[in-house]
Amino acid sequence: MNAIIVQGLGKAYKQYGTKWARLREWLSPTSRSRHHLHWVLKDISFEVPKGQALGIIGINGAGKSTLLKMLTGTTQPTTGSIVIDGRVAALLELGMGFHSEFSGRQNVYMSGQLLGLTIDQIEQLMPEIEAFAGIGGYIDQPVRIYSSGMQVRLAFSIATAVRPDILIVDEALSVGDIEFQHRSFDRIRRYQALGTTLLFVSHDKQLITSICDRAILLDGGKIAFAGDPEAVMDYYNAMLSEDTKPVISQTLDQEGKIQTQSGSGEVQLINTRLLDEQALPVEVVKVGQLITIELLTKCTQDIDDLVAGFMIKDRLGQVIFGTNTFHHGSQLHHLKAGDSHRFSFSLPFNMGPGTYSVSVALHADDQHISKNYLWQDRAFLFTLVNAGEPVFVGSHSLPTSVHVTVV
Amino acid sequence: MRNSINRLWAYRGFIWQSVKREFTLRYHDSILGAVWIIVNPLAMILIYTVIFAKVMQARLPNAQGSFAYSIFLMSGILPWGLFSDLISRAPSLFIEHASLLKKIQFPKLALVAIALLNSLVNFAVIFALFMIFLVLCGQFPGWSILAVIPLLLLQLWIGAALMVILAILNVFFRDMGQLTNLSLQFGFWLTPIVYSASMIPVAYRDYVFLNPLSAIFDGYHQIFVYGLLPNWSGLIPAGVLAAVLSLIAVHLYTQRSAEMVDEL
Repeated sequence: MNAIIVQGLGKAYKQYGTKWARLREWLSPTSRSRHHLHWVLKDISFEVPKGQALGIIGINGAGKSTLLKMLTGTTQPTTGSIVIDGRVAALLELGMGFHSEFSGRQNVYMSGQLLGLTIDQIEQLMPEIEAFAGIGGYIDQPVRIYSSGMQVRLAFSIATAVRPDILIVDEALSVGDIEFQHRSFDRIRRYQALGTTLLFVSHDKQLITSICDRAILLDGGKIAFAGDPEAVMDYYNAMLSEDTKPVISQTLDQEGKIQTQSGSGEVQLINTRLLDEQALPVEVVKVGQLITIELLTKCTQDIDDLVAGFMIKDRLGQVIFGTNTFHHGSQLHHLKAGDSHRFSFSLPFNMGPGTYSVSVALHADDQHISKNYLWQDRAFLFTLVNAGEPVFVGSHSLPTSVHVTVV
Repeated sequence: MRNSINRLWAYRGFIWQSVKREFTLRYHDSILGAVWIIVNPLAMILIYTVIFAKVMQARLPNAQGSFAYSIFLMSGILPWGLFSDLISRAPSLFIEHASLLKKIQFPKLALVAIALLNSLVNFAVIFALFMIFLVLCGQFPGWSILAVIPLLLLQLWIGAALMVILAILNVFFRDMGQLTNLSLQFGFWLTPIVYSASMIPVAYRDYVFLNPLSAIFDGYHQIFVYGLLPNWSGLIPAGVLAAVLSLIAVHLYTQRSAEMVDEL
């Protein structure tokens, strides 16, 4: 049984050349069209079986929100069809329709009615909503004095007060504190166990890989890739690393790809790879996995010294770890033009889950300031997911042994 | 269309709550609170009475009592106030709630209903005060007051249809908002509200009734100033106008409401 069947779905917005064109089109009896269609989604087909979770990923502008708007029914498709079996609840804009002058309780009534509940139903659900939001006496205070976290708590409690058949969750949930995030995910998982179909829209790779049964990747209004969440995430990563490089200076390499790098260029970077234990390239890494960062270089001139290094940065750009061959006693000397070298740095990735970038550098000394042959930021991006390790928080994975004894 | 009406009915609780909310919100933060609900219309009635009846000593032909001219003015201006309140809310109706319409699936006509009821609540307050005033100065028209009901219903029907039309059109053509205000100005002076048709030279008098609204406002004057019933057959053009506007409104709504969200 499918909860959602989407077939050949497409959405186009009408664009008119001039402001008068629409008026002329409306008024002309010949009904000649004076607009052209701007397609934001095309040929979208997928099915979600009841009780399953589908992840929808894509960069901004890929068409995710348009797809959601059509699934929730606020926007009508231009082509194709959507068949939805059951009641849809969307946690899209939590707190929509809240009025800041009214109390939380009054807003629960308004919001609940907007979502289609009756006053009687809301009255019955009120204690449950209050308890779940956990905002205590604030429930009778005007919403204007709420923190944004409190608003989300209340809004989430209303939106999920009644188990929907289909629940659409997007980034909204990443607001709020950990405790509430956990409670809300517990509720989402419990609903799923009871048969609710989930749609997750997120950039959060960890979330997608851990919760979803399947994922689709939207790119440029089309499904670029669909399938196993991890495979889709890998594909997404590959796509990301191609176009998120910051522009410092750009040169075209042999394959015609734009590489963002700086440096004097006596040594060139032929290739950089992130490899797992089997020497296969990876983009999603498990916490604690032994990974090899591999650099392949080639000298274009004779040089005296060569040091290769790398730096792992988290998504905020903070350096997590970095080192180079100088500090490991592997500085190279007296190189000739045309010499090629392979540098391999193997290390367990004991960081917390998240997305990271790797910068690589080739220089003469212990650091790149004196003589910098090449510096490449974001040589690659990877995602670290916790698969297998006990759950932990924080930026580092510290091997922990636990002994519990009765005393 | 029937489906839309059914869904609207299902959302009646929400509509009613919204009406209450907007009403309370207006006086929510003021010190005098609900007093303002009475003060504004009361001031208006006082101004018309004092200025026209006492200061200017204005008199109407064929009408009794020193308040006749004030009553004449108010019996036209108050219903027109309702009409223009409705119409001037209309253009911004959907645009104002763009984010709501884009994010939440609920009947769009609920927004029209809420605005309509809000205007009606405001009107009810001021109209009730007007009634009290009529009783106090001994000018209450008696049973013919009941004739106000069909007049008001007809006026509301025209107003509601126009609201839907303007609200939808303004999403696509943002000039409608400006045009609406301009038209309301013209409408006020082209309809016998502050003057009566009998004040117009005979040669032009008939032209006034080319405006379907004229008969409605003439009806109010008949009831409140003279205690007479309106000229029912004169209301036929207004009825036709209401029917035509309703057809246009239904057509626009069924054809364009889906596309509307794309333009918000």
